[in-house]
Amino acid sequence: MTELIGISPQLLFAQVLVGLINGAFYAVLSLGLAVIFGLLNIINFSHGAMYMVGAFCSWLGMQYLGINYWAALILAPVVVGVIGLLIERTLLRRIQHEDHLYSLLLTFGLALMLEGIFVELFGVSGQRYPVPDLLNGGINLGFMFLPIYRAWVVAAAVVVCFTVWYLIERTKLGAYLRAGTENQALVQAFGINVPMMRNLTYGFGVGLAAFAGVLAAPIYSVAPHMGSSIIIVVFAVVVIGGMGSVLGAIITGLGLGVIEGLTRVFYAEISNTVIFIVMAIVLLLRPAGLFGRQS
Amino acid sequence: MQSQPKAPLSESDKSYEQLRISDLHAYYGESHVLHGIDLQVRRGEMVTLLGRNGAGRTTTIRSIMGLVDRRSGSIVVNGTETVHMSPHRIARLGIGYCPEERGIFASLSAEENLNLPPTLRSGGMSLEEIYELFPNLKDRRKSQGSKLSGGEQQMLAIARILRTGANFLLLDEITEGLAPVIVEALGRVVRLLKERGYTVVMAEQSFAFAGPLADRHYVIEHGQVVECVEAHELDSKRDLLESYLSV
Repeated sequence: MTELIGISPQLLFAQVLVGLINGAFYAVLSLGLAVIFGLLNIINFSHGAMYMVGAFCSWLGMQYLGINYWAALILAPVVVGVIGLLIERTLLRRIQHEDHLYSLLLTFGLALMLEGIFVELFGVSGQRYPVPDLLNGGINLGFMFLPIYRAWVVAAAVVVCFTVWYLIERTKLGAYLRAGTENQALVQAFGINVPMMRNLTYGFGVGLAAFAGVLAAPIYSVAPHMGSSIIIVVFAVVVIGGMGSVLGAIITGLGLGVIEGLTRVFYAEISNTVIFIVMAIVLLLRPAGLFGRQS
Repeated sequence: MQSQPKAPLSESDKSYEQLRISDLHAYYGESHVLHGIDLQVRRGEMVTLLGRNGAGRTTTIRSIMGLVDRRSGSIVVNGTETVHMSPHRIARLGIGYCPEERGIFASLSAEENLNLPPTLRSGGMSLEEIYELFPNLKDRRKSQGSKLSGGEQQMLAIARILRTGANFLLLDEITEGLAPVIVEALGRVVRLLKERGYTVVMAEQSFAFAGPLADRHYVIEHGQVVECVEAHELDSKRDLLESYLSV
């Protein structure tokens, strides 16, 4: 293939792929944040820590219990989901009628504590998690080399995102969730156990973060600070997509990952800040975000 | 109507106390809104809460559902003390609640709104029956809740609690701000509900709408019941009622 404005197609496609991978993580993480924010009105600052705990769950499971990748993909979200249920029931519920800032500070504090505990136990350096045998190797597409595991991550993330989107937008359970997002008191006055719904939603949201953590384990190293480095970008994604918008979180997550990748090709100097530049522009033009309901 | 009417209520049913409120106080934050409400509703009765804006009608209804910040006193529904229960457990005693602001969910379609409240008891109306009663809703069933007119939203807010099998309905200001032709249609619906033996508590600003239908009227002022007017006293006490309700 010929060069396109001085850039080799190999480099371009490779960066688009890296962008898609990052975008897949942004999408799954911001989806969980959006669902939690929608119903619980909580800006869940411990989301990154839950992603990290998910990755550690899969690593610890393999290291000490012989649990393989595929089992971890199910078990880690369940374990972290249960932790989420307990956090909501014992801590967040007590402050649900207080100002936003309280839950923000509480979840931020939890994130710091979780990170601290894992640093104490495992040190700051990363632990390696091998790619499962089934997904080892790659395919030569002619114009680029595609590692199978990376293709799997993008596919798995997209499938999970759209399954969640379908559940929320097209099922009865999702209708409760959407209605609860608008007017919780009334949903409860219809006889639906809203406190339990909030509890399960929080557990589900952080379970999604853990799922992303397991997907990430073979790509990035499993390290206590892996969550805090990604979560700031994910918050920017949520703001750009529109707080609480499920579809917005998915599309913006994937899209911004690609934009970030392309920036690395064309103007690498701003690749770490491009998402925040986009955020500033979007906030100026559409303060409620691209998919948020403008008021 | 194709559906069979409910069996007429027996005398023992009619004396059954569906709701008894005693010395109810209710608060929003620091403000003390209800100052000792007492009222009773027997099964199959239609009762109105009348009063000026801010008198406490809506707060009384919201208190029955457990939707105020704090309440004290006693609210017995179907023989169960509910003053310490959470709203979803109160609703499951068979109460259908139609809020003053109608509460149509904007992000749900009309039919999703209709199907949202879970079934509380058997014997609720089927979708066909509901569409027969509210033909407009059938045409608009795919529309987003936010796209419905005020009248359609009000119809939908009533229709969705008839599906659940609730036999005790709380209707808060259902005629407020609606065109006369829609108020007339709502009047037919309310009359049918009474014929079918539903127990109904309605908050209204005047007795024009529910006057001919209700068994009893409670006048609420400053968070207290100041007058109780039985249906047969309506004519003799009309002047008194009007003086209470005039602005």
